[in-house]
Amino acid sequence: MTRVKMRRRDFLRITLAAGATAGLAAFARRRACADNAAVQPSQAFEARTLADALRQTVGKGDVPLSARVKLKAPATAENGAEVPVSVEVDSPMTADDYVKTVYLYVDKNPKPLASEFHFTPASGRAYFRLRIKMGDTSNVRAVAKTNKGLLMAAVREVRVTISGCG
Amino acid sequence: MAQNIGNPMISMPASAKKGDLVEIHCLIMHPMATGLHKDEQGRFVVAEAPAHFVRTVAASFNGKPLMTAQWGIAVSTNPFLGFTMRAEQSGTLKIVWQDNWGGRWSAESKLAVS
Repeated sequence: MTRVKMRRRDFLRITLAAGATAGLAAFARRRACADNAAVQPSQAFEARTLADALRQTVGKGDVPLSARVKLKAPATAENGAEVPVSVEVDSPMTADDYVKTVYLYVDKNPKPLASEFHFTPASGRAYFRLRIKMGDTSNVRAVAKTNKGLLMAAVREVRVTISGCG
Repeated sequence: MAQNIGNPMISMPASAKKGDLVEIHCLIMHPMATGLHKDEQGRFVVAEAPAHFVRTVAASFNGKPLMTAQWGIAVSTNPFLGFTMRAEQSGTLKIVWQDNWGGRWSAESKLAVS
């Protein structure tokens, strides 16, 4: 446990002291090894409010809703520890026009940003399925960002019977 | 760490026609501990067990990046993930999971494209 805390502190110190160098190193590492892509954790995962999480991921809080973003989640989830969610975004997924990133948030979770997915044209479809934890009844929100910077969102409310943060 | 951890698995078709969309399902055993729990008043407080969760899942095909996911603490225990790829050529899909304690697991699956 101590070891982990130390490492996090070291990480923070290094990042703060030499953000640019760390950024370059991360970039070099990303280029060097596809397997290790995006190991650097995004600070947005530590955001404590939806507004902060949105600001740190997409730079603004009001992303227009779009029918191109299809967010599927149950209207009622008996178990908040395992809520099945899927997101699919309409996109040609060509080198010129594709969905680059999809962010998934749970508005009322203590840390609202749940995940971010980075796609490539080789993905064929901007789509993922996973199970998430929800602490309370809340909106689940997906925001898609295309390679051209276009932002689109979808929101669904999920009623949670038993909290997933026991 | 004594509990079940690792054992990554990939489930996907072994073959596909060129241009087909291939759906990939993958699973890994991991506690995905949030480091938080709810107290009697329903407030979130720091739990005794520290956060321990898979932070990145990176998929590549024949060494080329395909999809990368970054996860926070809100992904469920023993995380399941489904995503797709366009079948263009035969090769090997590789998925690498990494957690916030330095744990690293990988799995591979072959795809024959005709």
